[in-house]
Amino acid sequence: MNSEAANQRTQAAPDPKPDKARRLSRRVIPGFGLSMGITITWLTLMVLIPLAAVFIRTSGMGWEEFWRAVTSRQVVASYKVTFGVSLLAAMTNAVFGFIVAWILTRYRFPMRKLVDALVDLPFALPTAVAGLALTALYAETGWLGQLFYPLGIETAYSRTGIFIALTFIGLPFVVRTVQPVLEDFDREVEEAAASLGAGRLRTFVSVVLPALVPALLTGFALAFARAVGEYGSVIFISGNMPMRTEITPLVIVKHLENYNYPHATAVACVMLVASFAMLLVVNLLQRWSESIGQARG
Amino acid sequence: MSITASNINKTFGDYRALIDVNLEVPEGKLVSLLGPSGSGKTTLLRILAGLEFPDDDGGGSVSFHGVDVTRTTAGKRGVGFVFQHYALFRHMTVENNVSFGLRAKPARQRPDKAAIKARVRELLQLVQLDGLQQRYPSELSGGQRQRVALARALAVEPKVLLLDEPFGALDARVRKDLRWWLRKFQEEIGITTVFVTHDQEEALELADSVVVMNNARIEQVGDPQTVYDRPASPFVYEFLGDVNRIDGLGPAGVPLYIRPHEIRLCFAAEAPVARSARVLHLFAAGPTARVTLKLDGSDRPLTVDATREQVDDMALQPGDVVGVQWPGQIERAAPPVS
Repeated sequence: MNSEAANQRTQAAPDPKPDKARRLSRRVIPGFGLSMGITITWLTLMVLIPLAAVFIRTSGMGWEEFWRAVTSRQVVASYKVTFGVSLLAAMTNAVFGFIVAWILTRYRFPMRKLVDALVDLPFALPTAVAGLALTALYAETGWLGQLFYPLGIETAYSRTGIFIALTFIGLPFVVRTVQPVLEDFDREVEEAAASLGAGRLRTFVSVVLPALVPALLTGFALAFARAVGEYGSVIFISGNMPMRTEITPLVIVKHLENYNYPHATAVACVMLVASFAMLLVVNLLQRWSESIGQARG
Repeated sequence: MSITASNINKTFGDYRALIDVNLEVPEGKLVSLLGPSGSGKTTLLRILAGLEFPDDDGGGSVSFHGVDVTRTTAGKRGVGFVFQHYALFRHMTVENNVSFGLRAKPARQRPDKAAIKARVRELLQLVQLDGLQQRYPSELSGGQRQRVALARALAVEPKVLLLDEPFGALDARVRKDLRWWLRKFQEEIGITTVFVTHDQEEALELADSVVVMNNARIEQVGDPQTVYDRPASPFVYEFLGDVNRIDGLGPAGVPLYIRPHEIRLCFAAEAPVARSARVLHLFAAGPTARVTLKLDGSDRPLTVDATREQVDDMALQPGDVVGVQWPGQIERAAPPVS
């Protein structure tokens, strides 16, 4: 906006060579008006109108009915599953994704490029394919399920199964947000801590980690948001037992299949508000961690 | 505390960064490691610090005051290291940066909070930054950051201070100020100090002793005057100050190295020993005039610092032919080609 203001000032001032000055103060690529118009139209069509529709459709039903729709025992149970397991999966990803990012940036080993590419697989794979593959592997007779069932851990058709699927699809978010920050991290800072007598643990906890917290939070938030909305990979492995392993998106789909649109949009409304709340909290957390970090010095 | 490094070899993959380096730093002195980039000076400094270790099979050792520290890590050597780009902890205030070393001590040796606070204040007064305790590094200028880095390194009371291009990232004026400040500061606290620089002026003006490095080896060690007046190798001659290299005139055809101010100009017909040269360019700034000549039988331009008076007396013009001569002992001082 600064250059906009500058532009106006140049035009207003009695400049001996107004044409040249105006030309010089312009941006390299022109067309603010056009691109802003496209931006607003696009966001309105793709984001604002659909989101508004959710609320409008919901507003058709009375407050009491809405409340009944979003607080029925089955729905509340599904919130618990969706948000609880997503949170757990995102936290797991924060830890392991961090380790993967660390390995990829700090060490040179054979096939590093391949491992690096593998991280993106959960992005690229159709979620239904992922769901089918995971179910086949973790079912009671599957390769990996065989190992867990004798220990009493039901890896498929259970919350554990949902956890596995959500961890799978959330992994790249943490890795891809932490990796670039870690690559930029100045090794001399670690050496400075070491030369001042700090041990490895202290150096990591009080020097490296604080610099990475904003990126970790972002990665965590993205993984969590993705997990909350995940449908395709979960429904195969979860078993979809009402009250136990039914996720909220599936509740919505079930309502839709029964042509019960008001109830479907009511639950969708709750998801929407929850997502906004989450975004807000994460943004605040990020701002807070950056303000104490003064991240770019 | 004195430092002795002997037979240091260091290789990175195929690259030999240091070859048979021997160095002695006397207690309380300010020593500079001077050389072009890639000469191994920073690697040597890092080995003294314990951030890098000499090759296992090289048989090299580092000792502080006679105690072998070759395999001791940086944190246990008791050195203060100042990095070229400061390496401050960006998410910590100045106070927490400076006190980091004290807070990282094991619980039994750690001073209490009040003592740490007092020590930080004392250090910041020393580096003239008292009052900035609560600032973040991003709120400081380059020179201030460098001094915070210095205060942080000094907090743990190191026996040796090591600085890697301490003024490299600063602009010219701040650089000069800090240079003198560091010299005074080092004399006051009397700490053995080694600093790396590629700036010959910095090394010559500041250090008690200059270590000139090139191609992974030490070329010469000496006080600044000796190193400048009696270079031990062609490299040192060419690296320190302006010098003319004249091919094929020395005994057995070796090149001669003669500084511009050592050459005298005369009229071409005057002295029988004089060699003749043609004036290419003249420029007078202040009392000295820089004359660029082309010496007969040589392709390289020859620069001469004459007095402005002489240039005026001889009424020199580009294109004139003049005689040049230099005292015989200068010729003898010219080192053989290694």
